[in-house]
Order: sequence, then structure tokens, then C-alpha cells
Amino acid sequence: MTVSLKVNGATHSVPAEPDTPLLYVLRNDLALNGAKFGCGLSQCGACTVIVDGQSVRSCVMPIGSLAESEVTTIEGLGTIDRPHPLQQAFIDEQAAQCGYCINGMLMTAKALLARDPHPTDAQVREGLALNLCRCGTHNRIVRAVLRAADVMGRS
Amino acid sequence: MNALSRRAFTTGGGAIVLAFSLDPRNSLAEDAKLPGDLQTNRMLDAWIRIDGDGGATVFTGKVELGQGIVTALAQIAAEELDLPLGRVHMVSGDTARTPNEGITSGSQSVEYGGTALRFAGAEVRAILLDAAAKKLGVAPETLTVSAGTISAADGRKVTYAELAGGLDLKREATAKIAPKPAKAHTIVGTSVKRFDIPKKVTGGLAYVQDMRPAGMLHGRVVRPPRYGSKLDGVDEAAAKAMPGVVAVVRDGSFLGVVAAREEQAIAARAALIKSARWTLGPALPDPAAIHEHLLSLPAEATVISDKRAPALANVPAGAQVMEATYRKPYMSHGSIGPSCALAEFKDGKVTVWTHSQGVFPNRARLAEALGMDVADVRAIHAEGSGCYGHNGADDVALDAALLARAVPGKPVRVQWMRDDEFGWEPYGAAMVMKAKATLHEGRIVDWNYDVWSNTHSSRPSEAGGVNLLAAWYLADPKKPAPPHNIPQPAGGGDRNAVPLYDFPRQHVVNHLIKEMPLRVSALRTLGAYANVFALESFMDEIALAAGADPVAFRLGHLTDPRARAVVEAVAKKAGWTPGQKGGEGRGRGIAFAKYKNLASYVAIVADIEVDRSSGAVRVPGAFAAVDAGQIINPDGLTNQVEGGMIQSTSWTLKEEVRFTADGIASLDWETYPILTMPEVPHIEVELIDRPTERSLGAGECAQGPMVAAIANAFAHATGRRLRDLPFAPARVKAALG
Repeated sequence: MTVSLKVNGATHSVPAEPDTPLLYVLRNDLALNGAKFGCGLSQCGACTVIVDGQSVRSCVMPIGSLAESEVTTIEGLGTIDRPHPLQQAFIDEQAAQCGYCINGMLMTAKALLARDPHPTDAQVREGLALNLCRCGTHNRIVRAVLRAADVMGRS
Repeated sequence: MNALSRRAFTTGGGAIVLAFSLDPRNSLAEDAKLPGDLQTNRMLDAWIRIDGDGGATVFTGKVELGQGIVTALAQIAAEELDLPLGRVHMVSGDTARTPNEGITSGSQSVEYGGTALRFAGAEVRAILLDAAAKKLGVAPETLTVSAGTISAADGRKVTYAELAGGLDLKREATAKIAPKPAKAHTIVGTSVKRFDIPKKVTGGLAYVQDMRPAGMLHGRVVRPPRYGSKLDGVDEAAAKAMPGVVAVVRDGSFLGVVAAREEQAIAARAALIKSARWTLGPALPDPAAIHEHLLSLPAEATVISDKRAPALANVPAGAQVMEATYRKPYMSHGSIGPSCALAEFKDGKVTVWTHSQGVFPNRARLAEALGMDVADVRAIHAEGSGCYGHNGADDVALDAALLARAVPGKPVRVQWMRDDEFGWEPYGAAMVMKAKATLHEGRIVDWNYDVWSNTHSSRPSEAGGVNLLAAWYLADPKKPAPPHNIPQPAGGGDRNAVPLYDFPRQHVVNHLIKEMPLRVSALRTLGAYANVFALESFMDEIALAAGADPVAFRLGHLTDPRARAVVEAVAKKAGWTPGQKGGEGRGRGIAFAKYKNLASYVAIVADIEVDRSSGAVRVPGAFAAVDAGQIINPDGLTNQVEGGMIQSTSWTLKEEVRFTADGIASLDWETYPILTMPEVPHIEVELIDRPTERSLGAGECAQGPMVAAIANAFAHATGRRLRDLPFAPARVKAALG
């Protein structure tokens, strides 16, 4: 069957069952690479996207539950030529090693900054507590989020 | 815009055009020794091609693992070629196109791959200058080069683009052209931004996981309940009838499924798991007594250091003899993204896209496992999630090939599920370290050290077998290669087991245990993490017994000026105060190592907070001083050191692979917890640049000193010594009890 979805401002009809996790539809049907499969268990955060302003784990989110929802992925923030301030901040801080977790870090931070545009270092760390990074890039990630908050606050 | 974004993930698996000349000689014995990996890949055009647009294509057998190496290697090549970084196009890790540089591991890429590119780049630049000189009718030494344009004194110019067509780089490197002196560097030594990060933060095609060639199918594999199990039966028909399923592949005890959609492959895998009937392999040993079990197994002992002079006939009067035993558990690589590969069969040949650390050895074993000619197998590197050593990358490449063989002409993408990765990756080995020393008049006069471990390298590159997981379960099974230890001076289980301190007598023995109750292989630093933990903890224990300050005590036994410099630098940076009292759950510790005794010098001071009631240990902050010789990219180096310190904090405080007699029990992030964002220490890294010294490997330099600094901080804070890893709350409470 087909299910209809609103992603990054456009409506898509995808040939998948309603219980299909959003992650596979984003990646395989919509060719959006950003959200990553990490665990499929909602434990690591690599698959994070924003649904109606909230950061959610797309690996356990059935597409059938998203009828009227607005899904935003990292591709919806900015492009390689015109990056969003958060994306630019991650580049400026060189806040990646392997980078596999970065989608989740960035999208969780996006939702966090929408709620609280001026978080402290500790609040950013708490906000990203459920996103795992294995390379040890954490402190750069926090710096990138704080830098983005600063840039976004000034613009 | 940047060079790497132009790198194409080509999906054509058919004709292969060899872009460089192959050196037909097998024996290089009579050839002049060439620097770095030029020694084994001697032709200039294996490394560098000057393109028609005047840029350069640079071929490297080293691969990006998230450590920033491809950017660093591009810096080196651009520097020597006098090209802007943006005009250097990197091609990395492709058995049909790049030099064979073995495995990207052991913090060796800058030392070996970088050195090759420095000399090849300098020589290619000289060849370009010669060609320009001929064209202009002037002497080459009168020419200058800037950004790929060669200028004569009279103002006439020739560009690399104009010379590219007539250039013949099909010649053996001589290494007779000296690379630029450090003072002339404008790209090397600067923190250029990594090529790969922009696409990684914008959803670009960055990983093998992101590849999506036309007609691609999705595969999943079904692994046995535990090691060595045999598949007796499975309801293949039921799985085949599920939506989207294209093929169920069974070969002996290897079982997998191919489906049109990823979620369909996952659902079919779940159904196959349910219906599969297995004869179970041997039970695993008792986890509570794993170290005793390992010590009970036969071991091959090798004396790796034996310094007996001046003779010490008897323990001097008043000397103190100290002994301690340290233990490390099995640890997981714990890649955030489970391993993934694509494979496609076409016309009897197979192409595999893999995040293996060594595409050439991987290809050789894939060919053996598939019963194919090596020439019919092409392995192309595409990035994966960080691996930190030998994780499931190589294995999933064979899984993908086995599944793709069932659907020729269709690319098949296989990604392991989370439990596949945790349950089947080769772990970092459990280890036991026993140290004994004699302290006399404030100095160590005798040092004995023994380390017991399984191998730390079961990579596909090992000879004498096929080290790929699925190969052991086929109807015609392949045998794994017999385990061995990487010899000194780099060492495997005994990496960093030989102290860098000056002891008058020392005796160090490595004990290689060949039987492996759990699958093990290379995890970042191999044995160095455990050996530096033991060695540097023991140094601290002895310093304490001597009533000496840990910094002064180390310096008192350390003559290498570069070693002393990092210890002194970190003490200064951290504001180390001799005699400072720990207590009330707070303390700080110091530790030092020169990675592999061959690579970067690192000293670390870590601060600790111990909650006596809960047993929770926190590392709020840490400082490091690092000497990696000539630094190629300072920010890249800092990133690696910070990452190593944080990863080591996670290993030290939290990590241990759980298992029972029934099998592996660490199968997700709840059963294998790692350090989380609020628990990460604040870190300050000081780099000691030595532009005139050769670059030293740094990708794994911080893990050893970090664990020992934390252990020493714990002792400083609590007065108790933890000698068993990890420092989990239950163990901490027991120690403080």
C-alpha cells in the first residue's frame, strides 16, 4: 500500500506499509541520507529527525502515525552550499570524526535551540545525553551548538 | 568545491582499467630502499597523476576512518606539488586504482603513506620543473612554482596543465629529490578543514550506508545463537513467501535473506531467526572467572625484554619488593553504525564496496571464501561509521557478496543489525598483567612484567586461513588463520609492555594464549591500553611507596628528553602541585606513554570525583601534552587526542562485554553502556610541534595514558587502588567498602 508523508515541506506518497519505521522510508524512498541506522532500538539517536518541532527517533516511528505531521530532516535545514547556522557551526568547530552520530546530534540540538535559544554548556550536554558518540567528539559538538546558538541569537 | 566532494562512488562493476603500472617484481631485495610505502609501491604513477586541468589526482591505499587522514595526506601531497589543496583530488582504497598500503591501522598512515606522498610529490614536482625547463630553454633551478604555474626569471610561464599531456610518470621513484624543508611549508602544519565534514553535516553521500545504486536490493543475515553452532533446519519457504523477499540464501550454517525493501529484509530475518533450529556450539566460560580461565589455557611465552646488567645478585638490604596484578575485560569496538557493505555480481566478477581498513587483504580473503580468482574481485573503500579497529566491516563484505551471488546483476546492500555487530564483532581481548618491582633508595632497581592475552590481530590479512566470519559457517567451511602475536617493537598483546623508563634490570614476558573463548582481534591500541594501565598504575604505586611525587618519580627514571618534555608540559599545564593531597572523593593522577614505544609521546593529567555512596566515578577534566613530531594538521591531531581521551574514559569507567554460558549478552547500548555527553570530561590538549622531526603516529596515542591517569587519580582521591577494569560502581563500592 502507499502512505502519504510531509517531509521538508513536500508531500510524498511512498509504497510502504504503515508500520514501516520512518527511517527506512526517508533513506530508501526519499533518498535522504542524513538520518542514520544505528540501533533500531531508539537508544543511540543517530536516526533523529524533527517531527512537528520535537526531535524523534525515526527508527521506531511508524510512518502510519505521521499523517498530518511535518517531518524535518537534516537536508531540510540547509545545503552544502548554503548550510544552516548549526551545520556551519559543526563545520567551523570541525565537530566530527567519523560523523555517523552527527545527524542525531545536530537535529536534537535544533529542537533544543528551538525550545531554548540560549542554553548553557551544561544544558546542551543534558540535552544531548541520549545521543551517543563513539569517536569522542562530544566537546566539539557542544561547542558547535553553543556557537550556533550565538550566531542564531545575533541574526 | 573541495577535492573529496568530487570523489565518485562509481557503481560500475565491470571493466577495470588499471590506472597505474604494476611492478612485476616479487622480490625487492636488490632494489634501493625507498621511504615509507614507496618501498612496496615503487612507481610514481601509482601515487600521483597530473591531470589535464593542471590539478593532481593522488592515489592512496590508506582510507578515511573518521580520523581525517585523507585530508592530511592531501595536505602533504599539495605541499610538495605546490598546488592549492582544492586542486588535489584524492582517490583512496580501491584494489583497481590505488597502491596497496595494507591496512589503515596502528597510527601509521602519516608515517608510511604520508612519507611516500612527500617523496613522490617532491619527485613529480621536479619532473614537472625539468619539463618546463626544457620547454622554456632555461635551467630548472632558475624556475619558481606557485599554484601549479611554473615561472621563469624572465616572466614566461608554463602551467602543470600544459605539461600534463607529455608527462611520463611510469617510472620508479628514486626518492633522490628532497622534500621541502619544514620552514617552507604553507599547507602542512596548518589546520585546514577536513574535506569530509560538510557533506556529513548536510546529508550528503558520505558513507557506504548511503549508497543506493539503481536496482539495489537489501540483505540481512541470520547469525547463530552462539559461536560454532550448526544450522539443522529453517523454514525457508515461509520466509520466501513474505512480502518483497527475493531470495533466501543458505550455505551450510550461513543464512541470509534478500528483499526489495530494507524493512522487508529485516522482517524476513526475524522470521528466519524464529524458525531456525540449531545444534549449539560449545558453552562459553564462566564470565566471573574469565581471567583465571584464560590463565589456565596453554600459552606461548616470549621474553621481549631482558636487561640483566648490572647484575643484582640479591635484593639489597632495605629494598622493598612490590607486586600487583591488573586485569582488563573484553571490550567492544561499539561502532555507532553497524557494519555495512554493498556487493554486485556481474559477468562472473564481483565488486564490493566496503569500509574495511584494508581493501587488498579483504579482497584476497573474499576471493578465497567465494572460490574465485582474486582478479575477479574488486574491493572499493567507502566510509563507514568509526571502527576503532577490526569490527564487522570485513565480515559484512563477505555477507554482502554471498547474498549478491544469489541475485547476479543486482547490487545488494547489507547492514548488520545492532545485535549482529555487538554479538559477532571481534572484541578487544581480555588480559592479565602481573608486575613485580624492587624499590631501593627511591629508585626502581629491578622490574618484572608478564602479560597474558589472546591475539590482537585476527584480521583478514593474517596468513594461513580465512578470517571472515561467514567463511567458517559455509557448507565448505574455511578455517581461520592460526593466531599469532604482532612482534616487538610494535607488539600486539605486549604493545607498550616494555617500559620506556630506565631501569637497570628488567625482564618482560609476553604470554600468547592461542585458544579464544570469545572472538577477538584488533581494537584501537591493541594491548597498549591495558599495558599502559598496568605499567603506569604500578609506577604510581611505587612512587607512593617511595614517598615521591608521581611526576618527579617518573622524571627520575626517564632520560629521553622528548618523554620528559611531555611530562613536564602537562604538569605545568594542569598546574600540578607536588605533594598535593587528594581526598574527600577528589584527586588527580598523571600517566605517560610513547605509543608503541615508536610513535607519539603523550602525558596526561586527569581529575576525578568519586561518589562513595553510589560508587559513581566522574572525570570532570583532563589535560594532555603531545609530541607527534612534525604536525601535519594541528586541529586534526587535537581532535584525535581529545577523542582518544574520551573513548578511553568510556572504556575505563564503563565498558565490559557481558556474556553467559549461553552466549554474548551485550547486544545493545543498554547491555553495553558507553560514556554519555554529560559524563564527558573537559579536555585541554597542548601540542609540542617539532617541525624538523619526522611525524609520529598519533591516532591511538592517548588511550593508554588516559586510563592510567584516571586509575592514579582514583588512588589519589580514595587511597585505594583499582586494578581491575572497568571502574564500574559495584567494583568501586567494593573497593571502598
